[in-house]
Amino acid sequence: MKITLKVWRQARNASTGAMQSYQLNDVSAEMSFLEMLDMLNEQLTSQGQEPVAFDHDCREGICGMCGVVINGAPHGRYSSPVATTTCQLHMRNFHDGDVIEVEPWRAGAFPIIKDLVVDRSAFDRIIEAGGYISVNTGSAPEAHSTPAPKLQADRAFDAATCIGCGACVAACPNGSGMLFTSAKVTHLANLPQGQPERRRRVKAMIAAHDDNGFGGCQNIGECASVCPKQIPLASIGQLNRDLIAALFHADGRNS
Amino acid sequence: MAVTGLVLIAFLLMHMYGNLKIFIGPEAYNDYAEFLKQDLLAPILPHGWFIWIFRAVLFICLVLHIYCAITLWSVSVEARGKSKYVRKNRKEQTLASRFMRWGGIALFLLIVFHILMFTSNTFQLGWTGKQEPYTMFMGAFAQPWMVVIYAVFVGIVCVHIRHGFWSAFATLGANVGKYAQIVLNVIAYFVAVLVFVGFMLPPVAVCFGLVS
Repeated sequence: MKITLKVWRQARNASTGAMQSYQLNDVSAEMSFLEMLDMLNEQLTSQGQEPVAFDHDCREGICGMCGVVINGAPHGRYSSPVATTTCQLHMRNFHDGDVIEVEPWRAGAFPIIKDLVVDRSAFDRIIEAGGYISVNTGSAPEAHSTPAPKLQADRAFDAATCIGCGACVAACPNGSGMLFTSAKVTHLANLPQGQPERRRRVKAMIAAHDDNGFGGCQNIGECASVCPKQIPLASIGQLNRDLIAALFHADGRNS
Repeated sequence: MAVTGLVLIAFLLMHMYGNLKIFIGPEAYNDYAEFLKQDLLAPILPHGWFIWIFRAVLFICLVLHIYCAITLWSVSVEARGKSKYVRKNRKEQTLASRFMRWGGIALFLLIVFHILMFTSNTFQLGWTGKQEPYTMFMGAFAQPWMVVIYAVFVGIVCVHIRHGFWSAFATLGANVGKYAQIVLNVIAYFVAVLVFVGFMLPPVAVCFGLVS
């Protein structure tokens, strides 16, 4: 099929970008979206033009590296019938003659590096602030020595499926990373191993979230609707409950 | 934001209930207004104190609510960044949620106008001099254009409450799952519609001459 692509081209962070049109003539419906971008880049390379820079890695929808805004929705969420990452979006969801607009994540906390590539290290800094448990490493402990209730274990696992792609921030009208932060908080708050640092964690991670230029949550719900891992909005509820409870404790307070 | 917002919603519901007393008659309405100003909590507080404490609490809530809104707005502008989407496809967000900030500004103007009219008696519309609350109410809403303006502003209040009610409870951690989200949103719609109907009944009735 024939596809007209409008792609955001920006040489570097400091330069001004613009949408640029490209014509692709032999796109197969079986191609993934990234394979279609590969095809565009081969075409550009053979014409002696600069290929479009975009992030990708596993192409299996599990690493969180890829992610572009397609037709105004992160990961092309509204073009696809299922929740998916950009790499698992396929060209069969588009039609012959479609015009597809491709833009990078746009948020103050995610500066554009080049074309469709953004710097998401602000997420790493939120994780560094508390998205871990402090244990001595060594041989794996006996699993039955720390029982985890089934319901909580399931909730923790569901939250842990967050791949940190940044779609929630890209979709949020406030540029908030609350869904990401809440997924990490919910993950560890529901496991026995996460309890000792639970109060300190939620305070530190929210402080890091705000310090890194993310906006506040207005409970709009756009984030959860584009999440490729379907992290529910209720995770933010868990984060809020944990934060309110933590405010009555000294853990994590600057002394 | 959430706590002060819920206090203001509670006040609005009480205000709405008070307005409905217009249907009982001038005495019931005026006595109720007088009772609020003078006698509520009377044995505990001296006469006339309650209303000022009440006004102070509402004022503090309003100031904190506006302060939080301005802070969040400026953070949000910064967090969205300078680079703007060429195309934005919105799916989940409701009109009410997108209208919160501009709606809030409209509500601030409404509150100022409302106080100048019915509390400080600066704008007199359909009455002259110092009058009983009942006379002011009847005078103001005898003019149809006033009822129309009132309806627009009450509509804005309701849209603000529609998202605000849900958002306040979600911020306080009440969103425990997808059913909680549905229940909170249904209650938010209910409260918004209740406020609209409750506030619009008396002016519409006065305008059509159903209250004598």
